[in-house]
Amino acid sequence: MDFNDTPEEAAFRAEARAWLEKTLGQPTARTGARPESAEWLQTAKAYQAKKAAAGFVGLTWRKEVGGRELPPIFSVIFGQEEQKFQAPVAPFAIGLGMCIPTVIAFHKPDRVKHYVGPALRGDEIWCQLFSEPGAGSDVAGLKTRAVKDGDDWIINGQKVWTSGAHYSDYGIVLVRTNPEKEKHKGLTMFVVNMKAPGVEVRPIHQMSGGSNFNEVYFTDVRVSDSERLGEVGNGWNVALVTLMNERLAVGGSAGPEYAEILELARNTPSPSGKGSLLQDQAFREKLAGWYVSAEGYTLGKYRTMTALSKGQTPGPESSIGKILNANRMQDLANAAIEGEDHYGIISDADLAPMQGAFHNAYMWAPGLRIAGGTDEILRNIIAERVLGLPQDVRVDKGVAYKDLPTGRS
Amino acid sequence: MNFDFSDDQKMLRDQARKFLADKSSKKAVREILNDDAKPFDAALWKAIAEQGWLGVAIPEEHGGLGLGRLELCVLAEELGRALAPAPFSSTLYFFAEALLLAASPDQRARILPGIADGSVIGAFAISEGPGAPSPSSIDTQFDGSKLTGVKIPVTDGDIATHAIVLAREGQGLSLVLVDLTQSGVKRETLKTLDPTRSHARFTFSKAAAERIGKAGEGWDLAEQVLDRAAVLIAFEQIGGAEACLEMSVDFAKNRYAFSRQIGSFQAIKHKLADMYVGIELARSNAYYGAWALSTQASQLPIAAAAARVAACDAYYFASKENIQAHGGMGYTWEVDCHLFYRRAKLLAVQAGGPGVWKEKLVRRLEQKNAA
Repeated sequence: MDFNDTPEEAAFRAEARAWLEKTLGQPTARTGARPESAEWLQTAKAYQAKKAAAGFVGLTWRKEVGGRELPPIFSVIFGQEEQKFQAPVAPFAIGLGMCIPTVIAFHKPDRVKHYVGPALRGDEIWCQLFSEPGAGSDVAGLKTRAVKDGDDWIINGQKVWTSGAHYSDYGIVLVRTNPEKEKHKGLTMFVVNMKAPGVEVRPIHQMSGGSNFNEVYFTDVRVSDSERLGEVGNGWNVALVTLMNERLAVGGSAGPEYAEILELARNTPSPSGKGSLLQDQAFREKLAGWYVSAEGYTLGKYRTMTALSKGQTPGPESSIGKILNANRMQDLANAAIEGEDHYGIISDADLAPMQGAFHNAYMWAPGLRIAGGTDEILRNIIAERVLGLPQDVRVDKGVAYKDLPTGRS
Repeated sequence: MNFDFSDDQKMLRDQARKFLADKSSKKAVREILNDDAKPFDAALWKAIAEQGWLGVAIPEEHGGLGLGRLELCVLAEELGRALAPAPFSSTLYFFAEALLLAASPDQRARILPGIADGSVIGAFAISEGPGAPSPSSIDTQFDGSKLTGVKIPVTDGDIATHAIVLAREGQGLSLVLVDLTQSGVKRETLKTLDPTRSHARFTFSKAAAERIGKAGEGWDLAEQVLDRAAVLIAFEQIGGAEACLEMSVDFAKNRYAFSRQIGSFQAIKHKLADMYVGIELARSNAYYGAWALSTQASQLPIAAAAARVAACDAYYFASKENIQAHGGMGYTWEVDCHLFYRRAKLLAVQAGGPGVWKEKLVRRLEQKNAA
């Protein structure tokens, strides 16, 4: 067991650090969420182009697709350093973390070449179109249809909760190509041009007030069969590869953590009126729990990375991370706001601590507990795929999709 | 970075698991549980000594193997899983670690070889009554050569040959080494929640004793010993918690209700998934503690506290929900659930309770953040 960087890792960290300083200046403290804007997107794209030119994108990918074939730990190291600079990487996370790896795994070599370069440089942004109004946790129950028409397919239906669809150039879309088969067996995946006629993106007005996600409507959208990912009817297995790559994607919690709330509590009076909130015993107990959870998550990632570097495949055990992070974010934000007492209701970035970061986290966390697998679905995944418990009794087994009850959507 | 145990260490774990499945079977554990006349499994202790485990972290010059703390962590996890009724933790995590930390070359040469060969059983005595000990609460007196006072409870105290005792010496506190086989030491066996490990009350009446380390440094040294022990005990806790999870999974797959395996119900699945999450969280924190312990890293105080807090939570949760998952059968004496529930509580208070460690963790984080 050696927790320190190897000489190669240390050299890479220094290289990454030097490049980040040259490109972004000095590390900055975490603040409230940056609202999306045209300027925000331009800044992110410009940064991504420089990052790609410097060879820091696709570190683990094969050389023939523009990668460096480095072990996953190098992605972690770059991510750790990059995070200290609050680098604007959000628009590319889904494309480079999930969509492009799926394209690399299933598309034809010439199409891979066509798509990977612009995505690496940030010229083109990708989104993932799986969820539907009637198919969330049970995504294999989706109903968006693709019907063959000569060498093309015609897509009709609606997707929902699509992050970044409003600024995306391409998406990978999971659709039903055969409703006569069981629900998992009639699906196929395609690459779709988000600017194609018939694709309409409408932002979702979230409970937080912001709009990070979208509804995407498909009306007679034509997609060439040459843009199919994998075999017709094999879309579910392709989607599983996408979701496995999600587990590999690097990224910590997006909200304030124990260090931030510790500083806040140091300067906040305690509920007893004696000393600071940081001296309040009930608060200290909670703080200890958040530290253990945050550190446990980070350290767990290192264990995964070690397993990866030994050639093992990351399993569904990484589902743990999101359960921990989302719930910790919610509890920690709640405690910060309640700790401020009367004043806690103020979310104004000019008045609230940390420019309202705790308030943003409070309003973001409920979504995080649902997005990318709810707490409940993730527990099912752990129970069934890690612990080997039996599946719930299935009423849809052996039933054609078209004969399944649907109910309210 | 290599954040995992080595292949050799994993081989040691596999060997230990097989060895303990045989020598520390539940039948063997229950013999200690059911027989008040047997405070520990002497045959197991002898077999463990013959395996060389007691000398894993003892330097070669003193009869040990001179391996490291990581090997000790590996063994701790297996001992915890097997609920080994033996004074391994008292002797190695506390007593030996205190000697390695603070004893003089002469003291080390006298005592350590006996630990490695199994003839010395050590205990570590801090507590004198209810509530967390503090520097001002220690009453036991050491006058430079004689020890007087009461320590209660002392884990493995009634079977130990030696103890290290925290005592008041002049204005400060010191750690004191005492041979328990002398007339100035009275030992009474205590009834506890976990009869698979014995406990005693010590009454010292001018017992001959010698200081280890410097006078007045006793509290700081004890804290350092507790940091080391916390990491090692965390591995025992993880081993026990994992055994609970395995019991629950096995039961949930084989027990039927409403004509289905109860493991197909989400109420059971989610409970077991939460056990798994808690254990993995504890494991990650414990690995960090193991790394810090084995490399004597400056991160040890924070890493040890985090490892302990996470492991106490994980074992408590796994041991209580293991009973729940087993339903009525889980509440019987015959089913092993209660053995883990008992041991979980011992390990949660043996090195100081989780409340104390949460407080230590936060205090250390405060200092780190202020620095």
